[in-house]
Amino acid sequence: MGMDFSTLRTLISRYCVGEENWVDSRTIYIGHKEPPPGTEAFIQQRFPDNRIVSSKYTFWNFIPKNMFEQFRRVANFYFLIIFLVQLIIDTPTSPVTSGLPLFFVITVTAIKQGYEDWLRHKADNAVNQCPVHVVQHGKVTRKQSRKLRVGDVVLVKEDETFPCDLVLLASSRDDGTCFVTTASLDGESSHKTYYAVQDTKAYNTEKEVDTIHATIECEQPQPDLYKFVGRINIYMNNEPVARPLGSENLLLRGATLKNTEYIYAVAIYTGMETKMALNYQSKSQKRSAVEKSMNAYLVVYLCILISKAVINTALKYVWQSDPNRDEPFYNQRTEAERQRHILIRAFTDFLAFMVLFNYIIPVSMYVTVEMQKFLGSYFIMWDDEMFDEELGERAVVNTSDLNEELGQVEYVFTDKTGTLTENNMEFIECCVDGHIYVPHAICNGQVMPDAAGMDMIDSSPGPEAREHEELFFRALCLCHTVQVKEEETVDGIKHGIHQGKSTSFYISSSPDEVALVEGMKRLGFTYLRLNDGQMEILNRENEVEKFDLLDVLTFDSVRRRMSVIVRASTGEVYLFCKGADSSIFPRVISGKVDQVRARVEQNAVEGLRTLCVAYRRLSPDQYQEVCQLLSRARLALQDRDKRLAEAYDLIEKDLILLGATAVEDRLQEKAADTIESLHKAGIKVWVLTGDKMETAAATCYASKLFHRNTQILELTTKRTEEQSLHDVLFDLSRTVLRQHGGMTRDTFSGLSGDCTDYGLIIDGATLTAVMRPGQEGSNSGNYKEKFLEICRNCSAVLCCRMAPLQKAQIVKLIKASEEHPITLAIGDGANDVSMILEAHVGIGVMGKEGRQAVRNSDYAIPKFKHLKKMLLVHGHYYYIRISELVQYFFYKNVCFIFPQFLYQFFCGFSQQPLYDTAYLTLYNISFTSLPILLYSLMEQHINMDILKKDPCLYRDIAKNSLLRWPSFIYWTVLGVYDAIVMFFGAYFLFDNTTFTSNGQLMTTNTQMMFGNWTFGTLVFTVLVFTVTFKLALDTHYWTWINHFVIWGSLIFFVVFSLLWGGIIWPFLNYQRMYYVFMQMLSSGPAWFSIILLITASLLPDVLKKVIWRALWPTTTERIQNADKLYKGQLSEFTPLASLHAPPKANSQRRGSENQRNPRRTNWCCLCANMLSRNTA
Amino acid sequence: MMASSYNAKEEDGHHSGASSGAGAAKNRKPDNTAFKQQRLPAWQPILTAGSVLPAFFVIGLIFIPIGIGLYVTSNNIREFEIDYTGESSNSPCYSCAKNVTWNSTEPCFCTVNFTLARPFESNVFMYYGLSNFYQNHRRYVKSRDDRQLNGDPSSLRNPSKECEPYRTSGDLPIAPCGAIANSLFNDSLVLYYIDSNNSQSEVPLVKKGIAWWTDKHVKFKNPGGNSNLTAAFQGTAKPVNWRKPVYELDPSDPENNGFINEDFIVWMRTAALPTFRKLYRIIQKKPGATPTLPSGNYVLHITYNYPVLSFDGRKRMILSTISWMGGKNPFLGIAYITVGSICFFLGVVLLIIHHKYDNRNTSADIPS
Repeated sequence: MGMDFSTLRTLISRYCVGEENWVDSRTIYIGHKEPPPGTEAFIQQRFPDNRIVSSKYTFWNFIPKNMFEQFRRVANFYFLIIFLVQLIIDTPTSPVTSGLPLFFVITVTAIKQGYEDWLRHKADNAVNQCPVHVVQHGKVTRKQSRKLRVGDVVLVKEDETFPCDLVLLASSRDDGTCFVTTASLDGESSHKTYYAVQDTKAYNTEKEVDTIHATIECEQPQPDLYKFVGRINIYMNNEPVARPLGSENLLLRGATLKNTEYIYAVAIYTGMETKMALNYQSKSQKRSAVEKSMNAYLVVYLCILISKAVINTALKYVWQSDPNRDEPFYNQRTEAERQRHILIRAFTDFLAFMVLFNYIIPVSMYVTVEMQKFLGSYFIMWDDEMFDEELGERAVVNTSDLNEELGQVEYVFTDKTGTLTENNMEFIECCVDGHIYVPHAICNGQVMPDAAGMDMIDSSPGPEAREHEELFFRALCLCHTVQVKEEETVDGIKHGIHQGKSTSFYISSSPDEVALVEGMKRLGFTYLRLNDGQMEILNRENEVEKFDLLDVLTFDSVRRRMSVIVRASTGEVYLFCKGADSSIFPRVISGKVDQVRARVEQNAVEGLRTLCVAYRRLSPDQYQEVCQLLSRARLALQDRDKRLAEAYDLIEKDLILLGATAVEDRLQEKAADTIESLHKAGIKVWVLTGDKMETAAATCYASKLFHRNTQILELTTKRTEEQSLHDVLFDLSRTVLRQHGGMTRDTFSGLSGDCTDYGLIIDGATLTAVMRPGQEGSNSGNYKEKFLEICRNCSAVLCCRMAPLQKAQIVKLIKASEEHPITLAIGDGANDVSMILEAHVGIGVMGKEGRQAVRNSDYAIPKFKHLKKMLLVHGHYYYIRISELVQYFFYKNVCFIFPQFLYQFFCGFSQQPLYDTAYLTLYNISFTSLPILLYSLMEQHINMDILKKDPCLYRDIAKNSLLRWPSFIYWTVLGVYDAIVMFFGAYFLFDNTTFTSNGQLMTTNTQMMFGNWTFGTLVFTVLVFTVTFKLALDTHYWTWINHFVIWGSLIFFVVFSLLWGGIIWPFLNYQRMYYVFMQMLSSGPAWFSIILLITASLLPDVLKKVIWRALWPTTTERIQNADKLYKGQLSEFTPLASLHAPPKANSQRRGSENQRNPRRTNWCCLCANMLSRNTA
Repeated sequence: MMASSYNAKEEDGHHSGASSGAGAAKNRKPDNTAFKQQRLPAWQPILTAGSVLPAFFVIGLIFIPIGIGLYVTSNNIREFEIDYTGESSNSPCYSCAKNVTWNSTEPCFCTVNFTLARPFESNVFMYYGLSNFYQNHRRYVKSRDDRQLNGDPSSLRNPSKECEPYRTSGDLPIAPCGAIANSLFNDSLVLYYIDSNNSQSEVPLVKKGIAWWTDKHVKFKNPGGNSNLTAAFQGTAKPVNWRKPVYELDPSDPENNGFINEDFIVWMRTAALPTFRKLYRIIQKKPGATPTLPSGNYVLHITYNYPVLSFDGRKRMILSTISWMGGKNPFLGIAYITVGSICFFLGVVLLIIHHKYDNRNTSADIPS
């Protein structure tokens, strides 16, 4: 009865919700077969068909939708408004002047987007029409992919991609598994195993599959590729059997079937609801600091524009108050104009002034900035030095919007494993009950064929210990998710095991596991294969031992351990658990904990990755209980993860400690050098890792993050156990601040180089405590501030034991601190994605943990060392380039428009434009656009090599230094000065004197007068030349392209002017420019004044540059001077390196030695003081 | 926006996966070209005190002589200017100025006497100058129809809207239409030389060759050729302010009549600033050594038609000779001298700076 009520309730609630889409789970009838009567009735949902639509537009909605999208951008909208104003009211310039550039911009963008969309349509069609095999009425029929429906049973053959998200029902392999690569989804090319539903895996012909009678309940589609929760109800003899479904049963659209002849599967999510489609959704846009200051400037200029218009309108009405000025007899208004209301007239005048001056905000700046970013990003992709031969990968640019942000980075947050280190694990030793085993005979990572022995360091153990030892080895052979690949051609991680005849490889998503299994092989226990749910091990006596694999409690980064439950051939059930020491030790009830812990700590100090292994013997009753716990959790549709975690927590307890393993992860090539460079560049480097503190600290020493003289501050659970968090924080901050005070004194005495710098180590638990929004709000805020204060004064910070989300939290914390520094996060694994997304710039390293980080990053590089060039060279260049681009654009438009503003004072505030329409239109589009675009692509103020050698140059551009208000004001003032020189220069030549030409080109001796258009043309000519020469003076890198473009655009201007004035253009209804330019050039004074005015305009800027360079040179300028000097004197005999930084060359060599032989070298002793502090 | 929007390879997952083999990996290696690696050979100039110094001295040394030359040339130009507005009561044109309005039909005459202290050699140019006359007012500048002036018959009958309110007179279209044409300067100036025996002799004034050659021959054209203008302008009205239709501007010379009348063309080129002068006549140099305008007394006969007092304007008559660099223009010479001297001075300052600081900087203290 109660059951009925609950059904009714759910029914009612579902009806009340109304929207079927809101239902949080869906029910699918396999093969569209209704469930037998009597079972719970479901409301059949409507699912979309399997059409993939990645295109944004259709043929019909392209124009309106695209226009709408484009005009949503503020700049475009602004120009549209200006254009409309020009159309509606009588304005000084024709609508063409703003309409043409806008039209150009909009059309180019629309064509580009249209073309891209056409490509998408083509791709979509190809995908949607590709044939799919569907099982219908016991027969296989072909369907177009887009006609596939949810509930269809699909046959997929080897090397075919899955047409939608499918639940695997049966495969051609007897064990119901299939192999899949998800290379096109997330880039991971390794084969992954998926499992068929246990009860249907036997149905592997189409006839049999057609008889399956089942329904699937699963969650509604969500974008996480690695999560799936569902339940299958199979009706056998009308008796429903429920089985859990997880991500191991779900085949994702876009993945490819490998090494399996065929599979049968049922469609769960189709079309736009597939996980692949849901992942198309674009990430949130990140905006760079430069863009923000650009917008700030824009607001300033908008204010200038409006105030100019207001001033002019007001002055116009003051001036016009005399009717003889307003309407002299020679210049009457029309009747219609006279009758217009004064307010309307004033408003129209205001708009007309706005239109006249609107060029001060150039439409082309946005286009140029975008082109610069788009084209400029190719230099990153093309960079030969960022190509990695080994991986065959080059740098990838996912967003070009942030190029210049790379030059502004103040904090680098880096992951350790796979980013600083190679993530190429090598088994070093293991420790069983305190006895240490080292597999020897390792030569360059290759096992010597006949030396598969081991080296016992301690005396040989007794029989009981012997048993433990074997159990330990077996545990390691069994407790993993490694697959054995018996073919030679495998993509991805390869590890050859030359074992007799067949060559086989171990494949795993975790390199640690491969290293451990291989290590075990060297110690005599070889994992052979997983066959029919039985794991086979070859033991030391060359006997095959078989264990039934009962359950796998998979690894996750929160639990930091994994377990397997196996049944030995003797019938005993074991739970083997391996994991981080911190997650194992609390669960251990017996075993030689102290010895193992000591060894683990020692290994960790040496930078080895340690894992502990424990086991638990399960009695049949206990096993039953475990099974129940697991199945209950796995069948849950809601909160399955949480319930599973609880179940795992209950199962993995009362463990007996067996021992520990140590695996080495080498530092990446040049990682230390890169970190040193970043430090010198004034960037603070933080390492965020999930690893143990000791391991991480050792890596930090090795990678030169901490130096010998770095004083380590600790903020760890160990310390906070002794003292309260409050005291520790205040202690530390006092230490740091005292040092800080001392440092300033030191700098006075010139000894700043020697002073100790601080390194902070904090662990995840303490961080949570610091970040926790405490009970007393004020106090906790205080903690955060104190923490930030400590961090600011530390050159390096190590955060260990971090959960993925905590990494993002840290980044957020720093981002939100009062200086708002620019942050960069770099990582290679899925656990770094959150921080990559959070940081201003996210960089993915193409590591071995798949492509998730790369996919979510803004830039991806093959190795950590490439970060150096990325930031120090590319970032620096892009920042220099774009800041000049932005400043120059505003400058040249001030020069352009300010004379027009001044002219209003001499034409009765009548909005008379100074320049001809063609000049107004083309100034930004063609006369002055290409040189700056090219500058912003090619400029290299300093050679690349010097930038790499002298990282401190990066400090010169820190904090957006080239785009701050003083420099903005300088540029604006310079623009105003140039405008005044140009305008009044021309004014004095025209005013009251005879500025005249020899108007008759054929004869001499006559003297003609020039009109207002010649006046404007003179100013414009000076303007174009001045502005172009100004850029030429700023250019430090003159390639032939620069020469071509700079001189070319000047020549183009002259040729255009000659042509424009040389013909009576039939389509124009005015011929105001006819022969104006030529007549001007035929006049001697015009030539003289052009030369004079250009010189006078450029003079102050040159002077400022020269004097600043001489008196207050920046580091950059000093290096430039020196570079020039050395080049002149020493030519190629002396390499620049030796001149610039002789000590650095040495240190580099030392660094590389360290990397060649990194283990147990001198940095061991560096860690010694740490260890002593830890144990004390 | 541009780069982030689309990446074909990424999105159609169906195609990419299979093709990325080992061969593709090799192809991913970027081309090692100078352009792609940003290593194009380049000239890398740096503006330092040392390198800019010579430029400053050179500019100084070139500009100062040029400036002096320009200044001297400009000073050698004879220029004589006389204001005949007639604003004050003791001026000869006072009564004319008071009586004349733009729609008065009767011309008013006045004469102004003046003395040239020194003779004007070579060609002399005669200008009229107007002040406070906003020929550059927007409403004014655009109030013309260049098609009509180019002789386009359809524009002659149907002038451009820009000509409003000087587009039609009654039902007839105005030719030439617009405010500029309507306000054509219509004073006539005649110059007499008073020789020693007090007899007046008229100074011959040439009225052709005062407009741009291109304007006269290309831009301005009479409809239907220069002959029989009366017929060509049939069905059009004269501008409201004009006393006579356009085809009677210079009945004596068909090459200077109608739209191609040079006085008209000169007027139609709107001035840049509210105070301007326009070329009126040329006094040709006489053969032999006699000066074009010998020193002595002259009298200027003015037909005073053009009212300027209503807008506080001024009218002037200017006589000027020219040089190779145009008319009298002290500004350019002074400006050249100033800029040249500044450059020279800055050169000296930079020299000091260079010696004091540049050596220090480049020596050794490069931060490592």
